[in-house]
Amino acid sequence: MKTSPAVFGLIAEFEDPTSLVSAAHQAHDAGYRRMDAYSPFPIEELHEAIGARHTRLPLIVLIGGVCGCIGGFALQYWASTIVYPINVAGKPLNSWPAFIPVTFECTILVAALSAVLGMLALNGLPMPYHPVFNVPRFALASRNRFFLCIEAKDPQFDLESTRRFLETLNPREVTTVAD
Amino acid sequence: MASSHSSQGTPPVIAPGHTFGTVTDKISAIVLARKTPIGWYAGFAAAFALTLLLLVSLTYLVLKGIGIWGNNEPVGWAFDITNFVWWIGIGHAGTLISAILLLLRQSWRTSINRFAEAMTLFAVASAGIFPLFHTGRPWLAYWLLPYPNTMNVWPQFRSPLVWDVFAVSTYATVSLLFWFVGLIPDLATLRDRSQSKAGRIIYGMLAMGWRGSSRHWHRYETAYLLLAGLATPLVVSVHTVVSFDFAVSIMPGWHTTIFPPYFVAGAIYSGFAMVLTLAIPIRAVYKLEDFITMRHLQNMAKVMLVTGLIVAYGYMTEAFIAWYSADKYEGFVPLNRLTGPYFLAYWSLILCNVAIPQLLWLKRVRTNVPILFIISIIVNVGMWLERFVIIVTSLHRDFLPSSWGMYSATFWDWSTYVGTIGLFLSLLFLFLRFLPMISIFEMRTMLPEARVDEEAI
Repeated sequence: MKTSPAVFGLIAEFEDPTSLVSAAHQAHDAGYRRMDAYSPFPIEELHEAIGARHTRLPLIVLIGGVCGCIGGFALQYWASTIVYPINVAGKPLNSWPAFIPVTFECTILVAALSAVLGMLALNGLPMPYHPVFNVPRFALASRNRFFLCIEAKDPQFDLESTRRFLETLNPREVTTVAD
Repeated sequence: MASSHSSQGTPPVIAPGHTFGTVTDKISAIVLARKTPIGWYAGFAAAFALTLLLLVSLTYLVLKGIGIWGNNEPVGWAFDITNFVWWIGIGHAGTLISAILLLLRQSWRTSINRFAEAMTLFAVASAGIFPLFHTGRPWLAYWLLPYPNTMNVWPQFRSPLVWDVFAVSTYATVSLLFWFVGLIPDLATLRDRSQSKAGRIIYGMLAMGWRGSSRHWHRYETAYLLLAGLATPLVVSVHTVVSFDFAVSIMPGWHTTIFPPYFVAGAIYSGFAMVLTLAIPIRAVYKLEDFITMRHLQNMAKVMLVTGLIVAYGYMTEAFIAWYSADKYEGFVPLNRLTGPYFLAYWSLILCNVAIPQLLWLKRVRTNVPILFIISIIVNVGMWLERFVIIVTSLHRDFLPSSWGMYSATFWDWSTYVGTIGLFLSLLFLFLRFLPMISIFEMRTMLPEARVDEEAI
C-alpha cells in the first residue's frame, strides 16, 4: 500500500455536468476503475463514462412480478377449490376468469415492491455513513456541484500522481477524502 | 431533452433565468427557511377542525352503528360509497401525472407531479375510511384479507368487493412507494441544507444516505421507470375494479359494460380538477409562478376538457343502451334520473360536468386563472353528484315498486364527508410545510444547463 489507510480517495469538484462527464471519460481512459461520480440529478452519460455496468434490476422486477402472479393465482385456487370450496351460482370451483383481477393486483404489488427494495438493496441503501460526506463541500452535491472521486482502492491510485492527474481536468478544487 | 420553448406563444414550463442553485434554494426554502405564511396556520387550523369533526363522527358511528347514517333498504349504499368512489377517483390524476405522463415524456409534468402524488395518497387515505366504517365493525376489517384463521373461512374471490380490497390496497402501497422513491434525492438535499439539528437527523434518516452516486442514479432511474410502467396499468385497473362493484351486479343502471372506461375517464377528470383546485392557490401563496406556469394550467385544462367529453359520451351511451336494450327496468333508469325525485341532482350533474366545462374550448378561459379555479371546483362538485346519482337513483327504484324507497342524508353523513375533506387538507398542509412540494432534482434536469455537450461524450 502506497497510501495511508486513512485516505478513502481524492475528490474533484466541477461546476457543470459537461465537465464532470468529460472528466469521468478521461479518468476511465487513464485506466482508473475504482471511482464514482456524484451529481445532483441523474446524468444518463455518466454511468457509462465511469465504465459501470447495466443494472440487473429489471430481471429482479420480472422475477418479482412472476412470483406475485403465480402466488396470487395459487392463493385463490387453493382457497376456492381445496380449503374452502363454495358453490357460487353453479360456477366451477376453479372459476379462473374471476380470479384474474386479484392475480393482476398481486403481480403489480410484488413487482413494485421488488423494484423499490431491489433498487435500495443493489445501491446498498440505507447507508448512514460514507466517507465522501467527510468533505464539507460535498453537501453541494445535492444542490449544484458535480464530483468525481477516485478511490484509494484503485490499483493505480497514488496520492500525488492521482492528484496531479485530477488537477489537469480543470476542477474547481481537489480534496483528499478521509476514510 | 426537448427545448421548453417549442413555439411562439407557448409559455415555458420553467421561467427563464433559473440555475441549479436557484431552483434548489427556492423550493427547499419553502420547507427550511422561509417563514411559514400566516395563511398556512389559518388553513391548517380550519382543516384540522374538520378532521376533529371526522373523529367525532366516526367515534359516534362506532358507538351507535351505521344507523346514524341515512342508509336504508333499498338504498344500502349512499354517501359512504359515493365518497369512496369520489376520493379514489381524485387520486387517479396523481398517478396519471407521475406515471403515464412520464412514460409519454411530457416534461411539463415535472413541477406538478410531487404534490399530485401526495394528493393521491391523501385521497386514498380519505377514501379508505368509508368502506372501512361502512362494514359497521371496522375492528374486524382484517377478515377481508386472506389469512389462515381458526374460523376456517377464506375470502370469496369471485366477489368484486374482494377484488376492490386488493386493488385499493395495492394502489395505496404502490402510490406510497412511488412517492417515497421520488422523494429520496430531495430528502438528501434537505438533509444537506437544513440548518437545524433535528432537520438534519430526520431528513437524513429518511434520505437513507443518498449521495447522488452515478451508479445509484442509474438504478434509481431504472426503478422509477419500471414503477411508472407498473403504476400505469394499475391505475387503470383500480377504477375498473371499482366500477365492477356496480357493473357485476344485476341492478338496473349499474349492470353496464361502459362502466370501466367511463369510470376511469371520470376519475382522471375529477383528479385533474382537484389538482387545479389545489395548484392555483398554492402557486399564488408560495409565489411559484416560475415553476407552475400557465403552460401547466392550460395543459391540465385541456386534459379536463378531453376526459370531460369522454364522460359525457359515457352518459349518452348509458342512456342509449338503456333504451336500446328494450329492457323496461333499464329503460326506466334514465327516465327516473331525468324526471324522478332526484332530478335536481341529475340536472346539476349535467350542468357541472358537461355544460360548463365546454367553456374550456376557449383559450381566453383556459388562460384566466380565477375562472379555471371556479370551473375546477364545479367539476369536483359535478363528479361527486355523478357518483351520487349512479348509486342512489339506481338503488332507490329497483325491480319491485313495493320495495322502492328514498334516501336523504343525515347530519352524520355530511359531517363524515366534510370531515374527510378536512383530513385530506390537513395532510396536504403538513406535506406543504415539511416536504418539498415540487421535485427539486427533476426541476434541475429541466434547465438548459443540465444538458451534456456532445464533445464531452
